[in-house]
Amino acid sequence: MEGSTAAIELGIPARAEYVALARLVVSSIASSRRDLADDRIDDLKVAVSEACTNAIEAHRKASTTDPVSIVCSETDERFVVAVRDRGAGFDPAMLPEHPPVTDPERLNFERGLGIPLIRTLVDGVEIESSGDGTEVRLIMLCGPADMLDDDMFDTDFEIPDGAQEAAP
Amino acid sequence: MDLDLDVTEKNGVAVLAVKGEVDVYTAPRLREKLVELVTQGKHRIVVDLEGVEFLDSTGLGVLVGGLKRVRSHNGDLGLVCTQHRILKVFEITGLTKVFSIHDTVDEAVA
Repeated sequence: MEGSTAAIELGIPARAEYVALARLVVSSIASSRRDLADDRIDDLKVAVSEACTNAIEAHRKASTTDPVSIVCSETDERFVVAVRDRGAGFDPAMLPEHPPVTDPERLNFERGLGIPLIRTLVDGVEIESSGDGTEVRLIMLCGPADMLDDDMFDTDFEIPDGAQEAAP
Repeated sequence: MDLDLDVTEKNGVAVLAVKGEVDVYTAPRLREKLVELVTQGKHRIVVDLEGVEFLDSTGLGVLVGGLKRVRSHNGDLGLVCTQHRILKVFEITGLTKVFSIHDTVDEAVA
């Protein structure tokens, strides 16, 4: 892994009403810390929503009350959101194919669009799944946001008399 | 998180204006409203998505379900959407070829 890493972990109850919160937190972290255009933040929001929706569904099926874990980590070149559930897992290679959109049968498929959407919206997806759960890693290739220039703090203003003594 | 659903009628078409975020939490309310309209005999429906701030695959699924429902009554369900970020999820999933998507409600009910 290149560069320095930092991680922020969020645990959400595995309930539908918390997906919006996950989107909000992850997009806020990404937009404040990374050099990502607004439309890429929108892409990430949809991908996070899809991954969290799948995780919550996995917990419902497994009848577990464990929280869903969302870990944002970053390096110089990438921002990664890992969504971890404790469900029963699945084989990513066995996802059902949808009929083509021109096929009237296509209307019988109201679900299963999440993973294809994720794959298109983010720069990389890694899925690890076993009987103990699934981790979906959403990878955005981007640099850090421009930080404040250190020179900004080299100011020449005068400190008022007594200000330094004010602190206990 | 709020989802506002407002139904009006124009040219004999039920226009369902959706405002807010459509995801796994709010999509069931959109589904219920579409089912309610079809149950009331409204088989020509336009869903106005101009007030939608977020829509993911759960929302897409509900709209596909609504389209299927009205088509089984020889009806139709059109969409109004000009927002790039919302249109993008329709484009990626190929659903721009399934729905008729219009720029304005007037165009959709014409």
